[in-house]
Amino acid sequence: MTIFPLHLEALIGKPLMYLVYLLIGFGFGYVLEISGFSDSPVLAAQFYFKDLRVLKVMFTAIVVAMVLIFLSTALGILDYNLIWVNPTYLWSGIIGGLIMGVGFIVGGFCPGTSIVAASTLKIDGIIFVLGGLVGVTLFGESEKFFQEFYHGSYYGRLTLMDFLNLPTGIVVLLVVLMALFMFWGGEQLERIIGKKDLSKEPALRYAGAGALVVGALVVLLIGQPANSDRWDSMASQQERRLQERSVYVQPGELLQTMHDHKLNLIMIDVRPETDYNMFHIARSRHIPLEELPEYVGGFHLEPARTLFVLISNDETTSTQAWKYLVAESIPNVYILDGGINHWLTTFWDNEAGIEPQVADTADETLAFDFAAVLGASYVAADPDPHQWEGKIEYIPTIKMDLKRAPTSGGCG
Amino acid sequence: MTVDTQTQPRKSRFSLKKLFQREGKPYTNPYLGGILLGIVLFLSFLITGQGLGASGTLSRVAVFVEDLVAPDHVDRVPYLLEMAGGKTNPLDYWIVFVTIGTILGGFTSGLIHGRTKWETTRGPNISNRTRWMLAFVGGILFAYGARMARGCTSGQALSGGASLSAGSWVVMFAIFGGAYGLAYFLRKVWN
Repeated sequence: MTIFPLHLEALIGKPLMYLVYLLIGFGFGYVLEISGFSDSPVLAAQFYFKDLRVLKVMFTAIVVAMVLIFLSTALGILDYNLIWVNPTYLWSGIIGGLIMGVGFIVGGFCPGTSIVAASTLKIDGIIFVLGGLVGVTLFGESEKFFQEFYHGSYYGRLTLMDFLNLPTGIVVLLVVLMALFMFWGGEQLERIIGKKDLSKEPALRYAGAGALVVGALVVLLIGQPANSDRWDSMASQQERRLQERSVYVQPGELLQTMHDHKLNLIMIDVRPETDYNMFHIARSRHIPLEELPEYVGGFHLEPARTLFVLISNDETTSTQAWKYLVAESIPNVYILDGGINHWLTTFWDNEAGIEPQVADTADETLAFDFAAVLGASYVAADPDPHQWEGKIEYIPTIKMDLKRAPTSGGCG
Repeated sequence: MTVDTQTQPRKSRFSLKKLFQREGKPYTNPYLGGILLGIVLFLSFLITGQGLGASGTLSRVAVFVEDLVAPDHVDRVPYLLEMAGGKTNPLDYWIVFVTIGTILGGFTSGLIHGRTKWETTRGPNISNRTRWMLAFVGGILFAYGARMARGCTSGQALSGGASLSAGSWVVMFAIFGGAYGLAYFLRKVWN
């Protein structure tokens, strides 16, 4: 198991967790201040090509953090699935970004820098923060007029690797090279427009550039852990859970869980489409095993009270799917004990149109015959919990874990 | 002799006024500042799984005030409900503590380097009053845009940029695009 990110709330409790955030914020504020980000003319100079301090600080920070992040994930220290990657909302991002740009050149700050400016008693910084409070209030009150736009063009947890369809190492290297090119171009602009003497710039910056390229090449060389590597790192611990059958939910418990409105239950049916069309549990989604990887990003964005239950005819395919999702660090994943066949044995209740087969010899085949392709329209697909209450015995296994991966970023 | 005894103790005595009126030291080299910022950002991701942020606190403080003034209203608007519905305290959230730290860190560094001063930073050709007005309008616009794009320069450009979110890179270029697009018309303000 990867150690980082830490599950702070479970490890040290909320007060100490907030202290950690406070210390991180302290570093953030301190570094922004020494970089000159509490000084609005210094920030604005970026947009007149005189002093590209903003570009240099920001892009250096981005590439340094990026190289360190992906070195850590490559070495198996940090789990990329458990860190917050801002989901993509294309058009609200573009329009919001353009409005922010206008606010930047008019107001001379961004929210982070205005907070630092205010903390060093800059009157314009304090006023910008007050304006910001008005701005967020206006947004809260006006969001109802463009909700569709605000929630539209949603692409989920889309990374540059997904978008460019390139391996992580290549993307990291390309971003480093792009940043270095921008630094070079920026310095040329400072020389020509800002009349700066570049010979006074420290030569050490070339060493820094070299270190970044080397870092990116190492990331490329090692590669990121595949699902199988991730599984191997946790196999001994997880295999035990399978053997103890503590991740198998019996039909009785699943029925009860289906009617527990405190939980966000996601039932995933991994069987072939023909079987799913024939009969499936009400409100279960059909996602065949080979399509599961596409859904991992979205599953990570589900709220903390989400419970996943995997369903196949017996248990082989659903257990395979379980291993895949658990290796991708999805929390609270369970398997329907005995699959659809066990479900039907439990809830069949002599329903017309469903016939138990005499012999169900092969694994992962349906042990029942159906008179019609009715999907979830059979009574057994959505049994009445009151009718069955107290009639089925089961050993409860579901224990909801606190979620480790963040479900919202610094903007919620 | 008399002059000496009068000036000596005054020199060594701590003066609050002097602390805030020193000559400010020059800023750190931008690449060095960037490396340090990158390390803070990386540590944040490594330890907590979260990047850095700022605008989130603005909305939580605003909702907190709104919840004091008109709690029923907050409970009716879905967007506000998420942060402060019922008994939920909108300030009981990690980003708020990052911002408290940001304020303390900025203040400390400003104090050490003689840059914590009651003053207005502005271009040479505008009055303080104009600068304040523009800062207010700019703050409104920036924060409005930050809510729409679900994050500002810290939460989207910096954090999402480093974690390689495709959408964050789009937001980042849109911010620079918007600023560069309007910069020419505001050149008198800053130069």
